[in-house]
Amino acid sequence: MQQTVDIESIIDHYPGVQESMVFILQDIQEAFGYISLENMQAACDHVGVPLTHAYSMATFYKSFRLEPVGEHEIHVCLGTACHLKGGPRIVDELERRLNVHAGATTEDMRYTLETVNCLGACALAPVVVVDKEYVPKVTAKKIQKTLKTITDNE
Amino acid sequence: MGIANLAEKIDAKRLESSDDLVQLRREIQMRQDPNQVQIVVCHGTGCLVSGSPAVTRAFKKVLGETDIEAKVMPGVKTTGCQGFCSRGPLVTIMPQGIFYERVSPKDVEDIVEQTVKNGKPVERLLYKDVNTGEPLQTMDEIPFYNLQTRNVLKNIGTIDPTDIYDYIAVGGYQALAKALTTMTPEQVLEEVEKSGIRGRGGAGFPAGRKWRGAVQAKERKNQPLYVVVNGDEGDPGAFMDGSVMEGDPHAVLEGLILGAYAMGSEKGYMYVRAEYPLAIQHLEMAMAAARELGLLGDNILNTGFCFDAQINRGAGAFVCGESTALFTSIEGKAGEPRPKYVRSVEEGLWGCPTVLNNVETWANIPKIIDKGAEWYASIGSPNNTGTKVFSLVGKVNNVGLVEVPLGTSLSTIIEDIGGGIPGGGEFKAVQTGGPSGGCIPYKHKDAPVDYDSLTKLGSMMGSGGMIVMDKRDCVVDVARYFLKFLEEESCGKCNPCRLGLTRMREILDDFSKGCGSEQDIEDLMSLATSIQDGALCALGTSAPNPVLTTLHFFKDEYLAHIKDQKCPAGVCKDLITYSIDPDACTGCGACAKQCPNNAITGEKKEPHTIDTDACIRCGICEETCKFNAVLVS
Repeated sequence: MQQTVDIESIIDHYPGVQESMVFILQDIQEAFGYISLENMQAACDHVGVPLTHAYSMATFYKSFRLEPVGEHEIHVCLGTACHLKGGPRIVDELERRLNVHAGATTEDMRYTLETVNCLGACALAPVVVVDKEYVPKVTAKKIQKTLKTITDNE
Repeated sequence: MGIANLAEKIDAKRLESSDDLVQLRREIQMRQDPNQVQIVVCHGTGCLVSGSPAVTRAFKKVLGETDIEAKVMPGVKTTGCQGFCSRGPLVTIMPQGIFYERVSPKDVEDIVEQTVKNGKPVERLLYKDVNTGEPLQTMDEIPFYNLQTRNVLKNIGTIDPTDIYDYIAVGGYQALAKALTTMTPEQVLEEVEKSGIRGRGGAGFPAGRKWRGAVQAKERKNQPLYVVVNGDEGDPGAFMDGSVMEGDPHAVLEGLILGAYAMGSEKGYMYVRAEYPLAIQHLEMAMAAARELGLLGDNILNTGFCFDAQINRGAGAFVCGESTALFTSIEGKAGEPRPKYVRSVEEGLWGCPTVLNNVETWANIPKIIDKGAEWYASIGSPNNTGTKVFSLVGKVNNVGLVEVPLGTSLSTIIEDIGGGIPGGGEFKAVQTGGPSGGCIPYKHKDAPVDYDSLTKLGSMMGSGGMIVMDKRDCVVDVARYFLKFLEEESCGKCNPCRLGLTRMREILDDFSKGCGSEQDIEDLMSLATSIQDGALCALGTSAPNPVLTTLHFFKDEYLAHIKDQKCPAGVCKDLITYSIDPDACTGCGACAKQCPNNAITGEKKEPHTIDTDACIRCGICEETCKFNAVLVS
């Protein structure tokens, strides 16, 4: 999440055709962590489609967010292997510890808790990704340690 | 690595003919000393997660500090997924091929000292035979590998996927050169038809017939034809396509170019799931390197054939693995499927003839062209030719990627290659085909794994996920899991899928709470039939499969939930109670410390007890206990 990129340079990178829409939204998501109304409007103006078009896409695809994310992103894998090996238990534990529901951000904007359908690391199930770092074979105990490491590093 | 780095060794220039490619291959091979010590570290997703980058760094550091003569200085090579994910990080020392498992950075010094310098194995890091305990030195001796037929996976784990020269050295782009210079497009198409290869993405439609249909549509409609790679591997618990794209990206690209040549296409797309950043990166590098060598783009190998491709990243929608939804997504819209009154080979991307094949299908094409259709058709069983890659996961000892000829039995895959289930005994069921597939019980363990046999059992091949379950897995919970998954991923365009799946899931929610009646089972079946008949795309029509197969094979377990209010597997939270076995409990207090609701009490070194009213059945005590003293009933 670097806020250094400006929206113009993202948009001008792609031709103003509908085909570019997914690419532009992906780049906005990557650069800002979410898609703001202003940025969505800018993308629509460039491509020449109404705002509803981008809104339908931003709400259809899971990787787009309309709200800013927290400082730390936690993704719990709930692929089949992780489900069988206790992934849901980890989600429950994190929901309890962080006092937030999966898919939401804590009030203090510190943590965003998400679930994801399979990261392809099934041999190490259950897997949690904390700020892009994979934590393999997660247990309730291990996740407490991980959360502590985040706090300690601050 | 990549082309920039290699250019220092070999003059990277555009290849102008098939001879140029042969010449380049010779040159690369001549520079590769077969006796050179090489340290091969697996950098597949599984090994990366278990820490292989630190192992690679340690090797580079230790080698940099040792006094090995410069001319025998070993190279450190990183590869794609070597398949044996549960044993990672994996390291192989060439040329002897000594295979090490679960290597950590602190083992590196011993490996360098004993194996690299003196050629002797470090015994503690070798794989031990499950039955005899005898250490096995090379991959070929390990049953997990030697019972497989690795065809698509052959290069993965031996070549550096970011290095086009490594691919060329093992025969890469040979098939393309052969096709472009000695075969007509029609001959290439005929070869694919004769091979009998069926689409590896799930439905198993013969690839040759699909290609033929598209060529005919192209000629009739006089429109451009597009070729598309379906790399939107969305099935949870399946990671073979991701590993192929990560570990051998050039094979996918070469297959696509061959297809384009056979069908007269000038533009291709690779639609890759956003959750696979490494696959996207490796495919991008592969395309750039191929373009630089004149194997992709204008006037390929100076034959006048022009073709280029681009990557489209998915944005996180399972339904986009469905052909028409995938096309809609590439066109820049929300990826909703379209009715298929007219097939995609006639009206696909932008209404033009389009051939969409799965990653694994494309990766097979260069082998078919190189070795011939007869060779390919000789593998597998009639009408189910070739090999198939499976991702073997769940409650199985050897979790990883497995490639076997079609027609191999379930028991060979799960028990012989997979090493059976942890703790021994029979597996309960195996789920094939992901959320659209079904659960096959142990009694069908001798069933051959091919398209037709799996369909007969009510399941399907799908893209190749194989999830093994044991007696601690509840079929009602698994069926509910898949329905919930599909309910969330349903695009909502058609009613049967949007409303039907929700209603089915609600019934299963009730079952998992011990509510419901046999009439609900009837309703479930009737809803399933309506969805199968009425849904717009395959997401909906196949969604009831997990429910139907589990109802068929495990009806008793459903009845136990609704009649006896019991979950025999001990999974459904509302139907279980946790207790502590006083004989097994040592009173260590670990569970009490972890319990989020302070429901466990007891004196130190005395057996503890669980207050059932305070217990929220999170299962953390069971996970924490090292003495198996926590019981579920």
